[in-house]
Amino acid sequence: MNRFSVSLPGLQLKNPIMPASGCFGFGREFAEFYDLSILGAIMIKATTVEPRYGNPTPRVAETPGGMLNAIGLQNPGLKKVMEEELPWLSQFDVPIIANIAGSTVEDYVSVAKEISEAPNVHALELNISCPNVKHGGIAFGTVPDVAKEVTKRVKNVSRVPVYVKLSPNVTDIRLMAKAVEDGGADGITMINTLTGLRLDMKTGKPILANITGGLSGPAIKPIAIRMVYEVSQTVNIPIIGMGGISSAEDALEFIYAGASAVAVGTANLIDPFICPKIITDLEQLLEKLNIDHISDVCGRSWKHGISGYHCP
Amino acid sequence: MKKIGEMKIVSQKEIAKNIFQLILQGKLVSEIERPGQFVHMKVGEGIDPLLRRPISICEIDRENQIMTCIYRTEGKGTTWLSKKQQGEYINVLGPLGNGFPVQMKSGKVALLIGGGIGVPPLYELSKQLRNRDIQVIHVLGFQTKSAVFLTKEFQRLGVTYIVTDDGSYGEKGFVTDVLKKQNFDFDRLYACGPTPMLKALEQKFPEKEVYLSLEERMSCGIGACFACIRPTKDREDKKGYRKICSDGPVFQAGEVIL
Repeated sequence: MNRFSVSLPGLQLKNPIMPASGCFGFGREFAEFYDLSILGAIMIKATTVEPRYGNPTPRVAETPGGMLNAIGLQNPGLKKVMEEELPWLSQFDVPIIANIAGSTVEDYVSVAKEISEAPNVHALELNISCPNVKHGGIAFGTVPDVAKEVTKRVKNVSRVPVYVKLSPNVTDIRLMAKAVEDGGADGITMINTLTGLRLDMKTGKPILANITGGLSGPAIKPIAIRMVYEVSQTVNIPIIGMGGISSAEDALEFIYAGASAVAVGTANLIDPFICPKIITDLEQLLEKLNIDHISDVCGRSWKHGISGYHCP
Repeated sequence: MKKIGEMKIVSQKEIAKNIFQLILQGKLVSEIERPGQFVHMKVGEGIDPLLRRPISICEIDRENQIMTCIYRTEGKGTTWLSKKQQGEYINVLGPLGNGFPVQMKSGKVALLIGGGIGVPPLYELSKQLRNRDIQVIHVLGFQTKSAVFLTKEFQRLGVTYIVTDDGSYGEKGFVTDVLKKQNFDFDRLYACGPTPMLKALEQKFPEKEVYLSLEERMSCGIGACFACIRPTKDREDKKGYRKICSDGPVFQAGEVIL
């Protein structure tokens, strides 16, 4: 397991694989299939101050190699997450990364302050990239100054390191990355979904009640890899990469691009065992490729001739 | 308990237009607890289609670990599934959902109403009710003659009324027309089919014990993704919603807004 351990701000990961926020709930459904302690970390579903019902249905539409979703940050609210979900998760030996969201900067600050007090929350993931809510979400994630400001405000109150989840729905993601780094972010998670639209053949109308949705799944992987490649060369904080990962090869490709660890999203919805599977396969893949430690190959795609270099 | 595994195709045939009967064998069958539960099948070899397809269970043979599923080909995924043959394997996740309650005193009367591709799960339900000495009445609606299936099987279990939208088989009309005409005396109603049909039934029998099986676009099928949500009718309800895949697909009438 040693070639697998990754150390990131606030996080001692036994392996670089974790489920991505929004695709794993609060872990309860997956605990019926395997012991969650085997995971590197868990990114829990976005939590807001008040409970949210989310968008009307239909909330998902399939696309070739992907899916659109417009759940709309449905969650039981901060109180319930603090009193029920996080204590329940504490039975597992796994660090929690709490994804937080809100409609206003004050919302982010309130959630950050309280949730970062939970003993098993080792880091926050600032969700400024949800494309499916009318207020907040992506509105904070497409203007560099706004992203910087919300990062700064959350950093001020959080007791644990803050990672910022970036949206790919921008002209130059490097500017966003730089802005949140300037705001004091300890790390970056990327990418969130790409805004998409699907229409019904019979009615000609959008399939999703929300009209647009966020595209995820294997279809977005090359975009995510390109962005991780760009951002990892722009900032000096670590990246947790995500976007269409469904195999050990995919995970390693993200590490090559410049991610220090990776998150698996949509693939959990198809195969509940995908995370344990990738963990097992990745170990074999490293063995096969004669890679001594996963961090040795972080950013391999652009770090010519530097041996033994570790990502930030 | 939910399982994931390869199930072997015992047989597959088209029993009506675009309606396929798929018989599968595997350990997962032992885990099925109630009629009305469903399975989530991987369709296609690669990433297109990406998501599993929820398919209802029509009949269970626990002893031989065999289950029968009946589905309609709609798009790429189910068309792929319909081309799989005897001896091949399908990756199945299940059983999922809660299913229909079957506890009922013997001698009581159950009215089972199915519409189109909502008919199959009622078959195992009817069998299990019959085993408990409950009298069953079936009312089944289909679009047209070529889409009619399983009628003989239902007739063997109890009185069965068939209607088609165009009158090409059985009586012309909707299932609700049969109810109007027959005015059945029953203790409990079970239904599975299109939402307008379920709505009509809920409105027609506000005083009765009614169980409805719902359909919605799903992705995970296990309650993790929050794609298939319905709001509760009770505004004071603690959660305010139900997940169709894991809290349902069967709900008592009045629990969720249809």
